[in-house]
Amino acid sequence: MQGLIQQVLNALQLGSVYALIALGYTMVYGIITLINFAHGDIFMVSTYVAFFVGTAVISRALHLPGIVVFILTMLATMFATALLAVLIERFAYKPLRQAPRVSAVITALGVGLFLENFTLATIGPDPRFLPKFFPVVTFTWSGVAFSNIQIIIIAVSAVVMLLLDTIVRRTMVGMAMRAVSWDKFTAPLMGVPVDRIISITFALGASIAAIGGMLFGMVYTIDPYMGIRIGWWAFISAVVGGIGNIRGAMLGGFILGFVEIFTPVILPASTYRDFVAFSLLLVLLVFRPYGILGRPVAQKV
Amino acid sequence: MNALRAFWNRVRLFYESWPPLLRRLFVPALLVLFFILALVLPQAGVLNLYQQQVLIYVGINIILAASLNLVNGYMGEFSVGHAGFMAVGAYVASILTVWAFPRWGLGEYIPYLFPVALLLGGAAAGLTGLVVAFPSFRTRGDYLAIVTLAWNMIVKSVLENIDAIGGPRGFMGMQKLTTVAWVYVWVVVTIYLLRNLVYSNYGRGILSIREDEIASSLVSVDTRKVKITTFVVASFFAGIAGGLFAHIIQFINPRSFSILKSTDVLVMVYLGGIGSLGGSILGATVYTVLLELLRPLQVWRWVVGPLLLVLLMIFRPRGIMGMREWRFLVPREERSQAIASIKEHIRRKREAAAPVPVGGSSD
Amino acid sequence: MPLLRIRGLTHFFGGLRAVHDFNLDQEPGELIGIIGPNGAGKTTVFNLITGVYRPTEGEIFFNGHNLVGKRPDQIVSLGIARTFQTIRLFKNLSVLDNVRIAHFARTRYEVPAAMFRMPNYLREEAEVRERALELLDLMGLADQAEWVASSLPYGLQRRLEIARALACEPRLLLLDEPAAGMNPGEIAELMELIRWIRQQFDLTIILIEHQMRVVMGICERIKVLDFGETIAEGTPAEIQSNPRVIEAYLGEEAI
Ligand SMILES: Nc1ncnc2c1ncn2[C@@H]1O[C@H](COP(=O)(O)OP(=O)(O)OP(=O)(O)O)[C@@H](O)[C@H]1O
Ligand SMILES: [Mg+2]
Repeated sequence: MQGLIQQVLNALQLGSVYALIALGYTMVYGIITLINFAHGDIFMVSTYVAFFVGTAVISRALHLPGIVVFILTMLATMFATALLAVLIERFAYKPLRQAPRVSAVITALGVGLFLENFTLATIGPDPRFLPKFFPVVTFTWSGVAFSNIQIIIIAVSAVVMLLLDTIVRRTMVGMAMRAVSWDKFTAPLMGVPVDRIISITFALGASIAAIGGMLFGMVYTIDPYMGIRIGWWAFISAVVGGIGNIRGAMLGGFILGFVEIFTPVILPASTYRDFVAFSLLLVLLVFRPYGILGRPVAQKV
Repeated sequence: MNALRAFWNRVRLFYESWPPLLRRLFVPALLVLFFILALVLPQAGVLNLYQQQVLIYVGINIILAASLNLVNGYMGEFSVGHAGFMAVGAYVASILTVWAFPRWGLGEYIPYLFPVALLLGGAAAGLTGLVVAFPSFRTRGDYLAIVTLAWNMIVKSVLENIDAIGGPRGFMGMQKLTTVAWVYVWVVVTIYLLRNLVYSNYGRGILSIREDEIASSLVSVDTRKVKITTFVVASFFAGIAGGLFAHIIQFINPRSFSILKSTDVLVMVYLGGIGSLGGSILGATVYTVLLELLRPLQVWRWVVGPLLLVLLMIFRPRGIMGMREWRFLVPREERSQAIASIKEHIRRKREAAAPVPVGGSSD
Repeated sequence: MPLLRIRGLTHFFGGLRAVHDFNLDQEPGELIGIIGPNGAGKTTVFNLITGVYRPTEGEIFFNGHNLVGKRPDQIVSLGIARTFQTIRLFKNLSVLDNVRIAHFARTRYEVPAAMFRMPNYLREEAEVRERALELLDLMGLADQAEWVASSLPYGLQRRLEIARALACEPRLLLLDEPAAGMNPGEIAELMELIRWIRQQFDLTIILIEHQMRVVMGICERIKVLDFGETIAEGTPAEIQSNPRVIEAYLGEEAI
């Protein structure tokens, strides 16, 4: 029983990270129906930004309390990552908005590979650790062990998701986003600045991924190719939940977190987890192509 | 650029001044000549091992690009899992030459049985093409792309989990059976068969799905049959390419067939141009040779491919040859001259019969 | 026995009832017009007949075959071809290929025969090539046979769509607003063309059209739809004097 709770906790922690990244996929898809295959690598870049900023801040200003360093690093990382995403959108995707849809998807794949290999060429393949922002404190509560880091990850993710949900549902920006996603052609006639809304969406998606990146880096090592696996898993999360649907991405993230944690519990080895995740995806796509919370789009003849 | 075009036009005029029989024999003669060269040059030591290897990779990549072009270029779907089919072909062919043939007492005939191993590998890959074909009945576009991607990942994951064939460590023991001559033959066969398919009713069915799937089914195209055909044929040739690949590097592991490999093939297809076999030949050649030339750049050369892809999509999304075809790849009976003579024949028949009231007769 | 027999055809898009209780008996050779204001459900009727949508309710019998549940390509093979309200040619393919694609269902050779250029493949392809060019010649499109479809002028694109439908060798031809976007001269030519193909190919035709001139000029019988309901049916003269029709549809349009 304690073992189970322990695993659920782990799944929640991992699921939160997947959900945060999945949000970026889903938001971009929702607004310009582009599978932004570069998003996983944007996430990877964000962890490196966090690594360099965090290290720099800590080495210069040792006297600041951990929480301040953490927040400073997070803000800087969010900003830098958002900037990167906006630049990518501006220079790689925007010229292709009128082109056939595949062109943009291929470009996204290319941008992703570029980021990976560029990072590899400049920084090298060795895995790295983020600096420690807090001392790790482990609590035990009726046999279940959990750390302050775990609590931070789950709590921060929950807050971010709630915030995003509110932004999309209640603010003008959110309304404009929904308008663009509903009808790209009418929205500008209603005075919605489409280009700016698209940029904001990319920026928002990337900064959320950056939060995910920092949280992830507090627990695991980072390397230039991490964006592939984590990116794919987050992407599956988005599709499983129903791509284009924000709550679906959150749901999908947690489902995939559970898949990853519980696969080795049920099957002989953890190496089966990719198999399980992608089979889940395949089966779902065949029987419910629009994901759990997604809706089919009608075809007019 | 203009000088090049002018030069090309002169070559063409010269060629067209030849007597018809000579022209008809020209391409086959050239193909035979190349075959002899492919056979002789490596033997005679004119091509060193490295050069042979590059040529072999060019050939394998042509097969991969041309077959993927069938799906992505001609049918207009977006498959990102071609390496998955390649993997099936590679493993099946390798298992046959390394385990099965020796066990069946055919050890000494392996070099002769190599084509059989390749064909069986191709057949196995073609069969798995159905895994993607069936979902394509219901989903397309982005969702089908995700299906192909999932397929690629599943193949890789399955291979990693089968210990008998080496799991993540990979599979080895293959003889170096892939030679320049073999690859050349397979390239010619692949391009020939694909070309014939493309210029048939089925090929037009494939194209019509790209253009407008609903209109296509409303002019009697059985889109399911066409999709099955396309995916099975494309994955068959990917399997062949996989078999050839396994028997040149003599060591395969699941990572050789990751999504990165699929992306490489995508680059070749879109670089050369969609809907053009000539384009795929060109794209595969240029890309493979380019990567070889960039070898001194080490890690940085992996930055070039993706960058090239992005720039290509932005500035020349149709690739070098987008939807145009080399003349010699167009069947003779489909060329303008042949069409014109049929039209002439019809015109004469019509003039012999009654005049037509409507439809602004064309004379 | 009617060639086409539709009973109680009803279709919902979610909560929207696009077609309600549509009935039709069409004798071979008859030319029936369907008119109605925008959104009346006319195109939906075509989509139901050709299997694009599966009707919520109702029966469609063509030449003794039940069409409900059949795929579009099967329905075309039974002898129903159509054109589209907004032109849906295969834009990047040649005019000739556009027409040849319509021979798909009648292909007798199999894929391997094509790939290996077997004699039966060569023979049949030669046949298809000639038949398609002959049709293009009849339709006055032979000179443009090797053009890319999208490079044709608008009027010829409409004509090519009809040619492509004819290449399916239908008994029943469904024309969805063929005169849309044409000038009066082109419309006159189109009417002449419809009359002529009807004779030449021995066709039964259903015509959806907003241009009253066309419908009143060539149809024997007209059905009027409004909000999915059939509000009137009869000869052109009867329709023109029907008060419900005038109220729903013709009211604004001076005839
Ligand atoms: N795929 C679809 N999904 C949802 N609603 C649809 C769909 N197709 C048509 N409709 C709706 O069904 C109704 C009938 O549409 P239909 O296209 O049949 O009209 P129509 O009579 O052909 O009109 P028009 O003269 O404008 O072509 C309209 O209200 C339309 O909006
Ligand atoms: Mg309509």
